[in-house]
Amino acid sequence: MSVLIDRNTRVMTQGITGKTGQFHTKMGKEYANGKNCYVAGVTPKKGGQSFEGIPIFETVKEAKEKTGATVSVIYVPPPFAAAAIDEAVDAGLELVICITEGIPVRDMIRTRYKMQEAKTLLVGPNCPGVITPDEIKIGIMPGHIHKRGPVGVVSRSGTLTYEAVGQLMEQGLGQSTCVGIGGDPVSGLKHVDVLKMFNDDPRTEAVVMVGEIGGTDEEEAARWVKANMRKPVVGFIAGVTAPPGKRMGHAGAIISGGKGTAAEKLAVMEECGIKVTRNPAEMGKLMRSVLK
Amino acid sequence: MKIHEYQGKEILRKYGVATPRGFPCFSVDEAVEAAQKLGGRAWVVKAQIHAGGRGKGGGVKLARSLAEVKSHAGKLLGMQLKTHQTGPDGQKVRRLLVEEGADISQELYLGMVVDRGSQRVVLMASSEGGMDIEEVAAKSPGKIHRVTIDPVTGLGNGDAEDIARKIGVPQRAIPQARDVLKGLYRAFDETDASLAEVNPLIVTGDERVLALDAKMNFDDNALFRHPEIVAMRDLDEEDPAEIEASKFDLSYISLDGDIGCLVNGAGLAMATMDIIKLYGGSPANFLDVGGGASTEKVTEAFKIMLKNPQLKAILVNIFGGIMKCDVIAEGVVAAARQVSLKVPLVVRLEGTNVELGKKILAESGLPIISGNNMADAAQKVVAATKGK
Repeated sequence: MSVLIDRNTRVMTQGITGKTGQFHTKMGKEYANGKNCYVAGVTPKKGGQSFEGIPIFETVKEAKEKTGATVSVIYVPPPFAAAAIDEAVDAGLELVICITEGIPVRDMIRTRYKMQEAKTLLVGPNCPGVITPDEIKIGIMPGHIHKRGPVGVVSRSGTLTYEAVGQLMEQGLGQSTCVGIGGDPVSGLKHVDVLKMFNDDPRTEAVVMVGEIGGTDEEEAARWVKANMRKPVVGFIAGVTAPPGKRMGHAGAIISGGKGTAAEKLAVMEECGIKVTRNPAEMGKLMRSVLK
Repeated sequence: MKIHEYQGKEILRKYGVATPRGFPCFSVDEAVEAAQKLGGRAWVVKAQIHAGGRGKGGGVKLARSLAEVKSHAGKLLGMQLKTHQTGPDGQKVRRLLVEEGADISQELYLGMVVDRGSQRVVLMASSEGGMDIEEVAAKSPGKIHRVTIDPVTGLGNGDAEDIARKIGVPQRAIPQARDVLKGLYRAFDETDASLAEVNPLIVTGDERVLALDAKMNFDDNALFRHPEIVAMRDLDEEDPAEIEASKFDLSYISLDGDIGCLVNGAGLAMATMDIIKLYGGSPANFLDVGGGASTEKVTEAFKIMLKNPQLKAILVNIFGGIMKCDVIAEGVVAAARQVSLKVPLVVRLEGTNVELGKKILAESGLPIISGNNMADAAQKVVAATKGK
């Protein structure tokens, strides 16, 4: 078991003819069971063509009908990416993973509004994607640093997640699934949603939650953990040194109106029984200490 | 992106939000001319800088004669205006807004932001205008009223009138306040704003509703569809290092420490700053080189960091994923040579092709200090700034 995706997932790439879409579809196809997982691509006006043996369709609906794909990954440029999510939702896909960085917030507000009644789950945008090690990789993370194992990872940032994974591997700890939920203010799954999935996943024995400044998602997740989580959670929050009012790279990483500081998040997480470290180099060691 | 108050008011007027009449001015002569054109007996001379807290900082002056307009304008133009948002050196005043004086009977507050929780735009309004709204929120949260706005139907008449009543707008001015609120939302929505604030919104003695101030920020990711907003950008208000970095698609923010950081990824970049602080050092900047750092980008990043006279050492922290460590190593070596680096350089590489990357650094002949992991690298760079 794992969360969100596994070796049986069938995925289509939206924006498969762009440079980024091509590169990462190829990498995904070469990873573990990827050859069987990547079954379709979507690019308007390129239907009938193929890429690396993967057939390309005009629409998500057609790709779904012809190949049985139920998950999509989006590499469409920012001005068109929200519409690509809308299309995947309308086609009734189970899961959409949007890698695209730089989508206007106004577009995402409308897309999320339209998704209210839909069953489709969204990961991202502006995220590295999702990987279930040794089974399937959907996104831009380096596959080779991961290994299958008992630790679930959920994070708002990309390379910091790789850092966490690297530290887990130093401790000999593999991962059940790693979910990059992205750094934008309006997005799909939150920390709490992914923690719920890890809680119910038999393969996951413990979770690393990596957060950053901005918003209150980590606090909400922490309160849920206190009330419901049956597995240990360790956490780190990036941005203790970030000045207020400055956007730290990610659109969502900003301390505004005195809210969203790292200190505040860490305090709530500790109160709720999450083992936190203020040292980003000690995430792996901390996980090892709770998994003895 | 931020704009000036007078530009924010120009936008709001297009959406039916009334403001006092006024003109932007770049010189003392223009300020006097503006006051003459406006007529009347009282004028407000307002320094235009992007930071808030201008009133408290002495950047807003009331003038009761043209001579006073002239003297205030003379003092304000060119001054270093210090507010709680500018930092200790303040911000140089280069533009003024000269407005007609207003007869204030009530001062109210309006704010609009994107709320992450509800994933909607939220209107906040309060009867306590003219004050620091964070203070109001802390001391009397009951005095702040909120409406979550439906993105499809927008702000409705009912909600707008309800909020106007709650913040104490007199009955006769309710229709006007309603239109102001609706106009503010349309302005926010149609310009892809990320923040809009009117503090204060006033009710005048003759019960007119006017925006006495206007602050608007915009979503950088949406500027591609708003050339009219981009045209309002004032580079004088921005940090030169940050402007330079943005030309090379580098995400850079100046800080007040002495250790330059060059990192791939925003989260890891923040974590790198944090760990430097944890080991007793102080970061000079946030710098995310992004996912596709070329030699050229790394070289530019070095140049930008080295312009900082405070800089005592540099820490490069790269977790190579798609970006390979050997490519980054070559970039670092080329950059260090090109800028003839004089400060200690600590490099920590991890991930794809890490051994090859380390070999390139070692064989370069440059005095690069190698960090084995994040903690080791941070400790080494902090030690380097302390001359150890």
